[in-house]
Amino acid sequence: MAIDRPLTERIRPGGEGAAIAAYEKAGGYEALRKALAGMTPQEVTKLVTESNLRGRGGAGFPTGPKWSFVPMGSDAPRPKYLVANADEMEPGTFKDRLLMEEDPHQLIEGMLLAAYAIKADVAYIFLRWEYRLAERRLHRAIAEAVEAGYLGRNILGSGWDLDMFVHISAGRYMCGEETGLLNALEGKRATPRAKPPFPQVSGLWGKPTIVQNVETLCNVPHIIARGAAWYRGLSRSEDSGTKLFGASGKVARPGLWELPMGTTIREILEEHAGGMRDGLRFRGLLPGGASTDFLVEEHLDVKMDFASIARAGSRLGTGTMIVLDDRTCPVGMVQNLEEFFAQESCGWCTPCREGLPWTARLLEAIEEGQGRPEDLERLSVHCKLLGPGNTFCALAPGAVEPLQSALKYFREDFEAHIRQNRCPRRSG
Amino acid sequence: MLSHREIEQIEHELAIVPRRSGACIEALRAVQRHRGWISDEAVRDIARFLEMSPDEVDSVATFYNLIYRKPVGRHVILICNSVSCWIMGYEGIRKAIGEKLGIGLGETTKDGCFTLLPNPCLGTCDTAPALMIDEDLHRDLTPGKIDGILERYR
Ligand SMILES: Cc1cc2nc3c(=O)[nH]c(=O)nc-3n(C[C@H](O)[C@H](O)[C@H](O)COP(=O)(O)O)c2cc1C
Ligand code: SF4
Ligand code: FES
Repeated sequence: MAIDRPLTERIRPGGEGAAIAAYEKAGGYEALRKALAGMTPQEVTKLVTESNLRGRGGAGFPTGPKWSFVPMGSDAPRPKYLVANADEMEPGTFKDRLLMEEDPHQLIEGMLLAAYAIKADVAYIFLRWEYRLAERRLHRAIAEAVEAGYLGRNILGSGWDLDMFVHISAGRYMCGEETGLLNALEGKRATPRAKPPFPQVSGLWGKPTIVQNVETLCNVPHIIARGAAWYRGLSRSEDSGTKLFGASGKVARPGLWELPMGTTIREILEEHAGGMRDGLRFRGLLPGGASTDFLVEEHLDVKMDFASIARAGSRLGTGTMIVLDDRTCPVGMVQNLEEFFAQESCGWCTPCREGLPWTARLLEAIEEGQGRPEDLERLSVHCKLLGPGNTFCALAPGAVEPLQSALKYFREDFEAHIRQNRCPRRSG
Repeated sequence: MLSHREIEQIEHELAIVPRRSGACIEALRAVQRHRGWISDEAVRDIARFLEMSPDEVDSVATFYNLIYRKPVGRHVILICNSVSCWIMGYEGIRKAIGEKLGIGLGETTKDGCFTLLPNPCLGTCDTAPALMIDEDLHRDLTPGKIDGILERYR
């Protein structure tokens, strides 16, 4: 049987989150056995590099090369850490939840393989508190894996040990930023750290650490089991593998689908999401969560992969799109987004701490009918002031992406608010 | 003073962190589980136990939105106010709760039963609008469903 959606093939509607017996029966933990019996850690990293797997948490950094920066050998600092980033707080994103609730062993096996590749001693799942069901299923799955000898001392007789813990977060979007996450794991405020040193060399408690998104890790067992060429062949573009794509907003059937990397936006929207709800027209979308630039009608045939979406002027981000219809106000939508980012700013650096609340208040004024013509220029200036290179972490540059593109594609909506002194879509 | 149960839960975390302050978030969570919220006294209790200053503990406590530095009701409603829920009718849900309970965001009902708090994206945007009450997730909401859902927690 040809397997074309490896990440979700085991998931059944109403399934109870595959217990270990079902997971093993479907070939689970075979990749781990294969790696521990016949591959060095370096060979695992090399295979992942050849597969061209790129991070699914938003930034798209190549995964294998990231692992290769970790110091190896008997004089490497220890303990080393592997962290699964399961914070998933990017508004509009709901993909890691599914993977953890419905197939927790797949994540654990992916973490085991990544941990083996860097010879980690301890692994953490950094999970947002709100994912209660995922927490229960992960705890059960970890206990099963310990019982079966996949976790703990001398795993499968290899002489290698790994402990795995779940850390439950106490909130805040910044916990998902990889160095903010490390500070949160150390019991501190989730403000980011200066790089270099990079976490691969000096991360959690100053030791070598890899932070990887849940979906990224879930790909690893399949790559080890079936090889790099197979994995690249799953895709319809230069970026390899499949991707969990999602759609929310007023489409006919909001949801989540595992599809080849490089599937077009149109196919996802029309065939899988069923087009717009009756009577509504498509106006635009954020392709990969709140911190990506709007794309519009002219981009519908763009492929959903890192390079194609970048060429269209946005980012693949998390691959879960948020759709704007013609009866929802784009100014109100951007106001909602900027209020989120202003609230979640950690306050560490001035442009973001001061600039994002300013931006949110300007948008509120425009939406409430108190905007002035010069406000649009002010907003554009803020997009530059908060852009890449001016702030400590990527939160602020991400925050301006939907704003700068809304100013470009929905300019007439902003102008109408200012001209009419009200939101044209609101009655009364 | 921390209770035996609180100390037991914090010790569990202390076993895996190399520095006592590393258990700060877990300690805040453990104490909040028992006392409902984090009072100034709780901050001092945790600080003494983890050998930190009260200000250090408070700087952590006030950073995280799921650590409550004010008393909350017996049930906490976390309503998603992020973008997909906003598009799908968050405002109507918030108003329906307000009409039913007579409270706005950040407020607690007079009988101490409910506190209403806004929360970023709950990660269930394809079934928006959504909210959580305590540990339960409620999805695909309409204003008409709010009454029935709240009644279950009375
Ligand atoms: C403000 C902010 C929030 C983030 N939140 C998450 C998150 O919830 N989950 C995630 O995997 N990555 C998140 N990231 C990206 C991480 O910093 C990091 O790039 C990622 O976890 C690396 O894993 P990957 O290469 O597998 O994608 C966030 C980044 C920023 C700037
Ligand atoms: S850009 Fe914002 S979130 Fe990032 S460090 Fe600066 S203040 Fe904090
Ligand atoms: S925006 Fe409400 S659940 Fe994602």
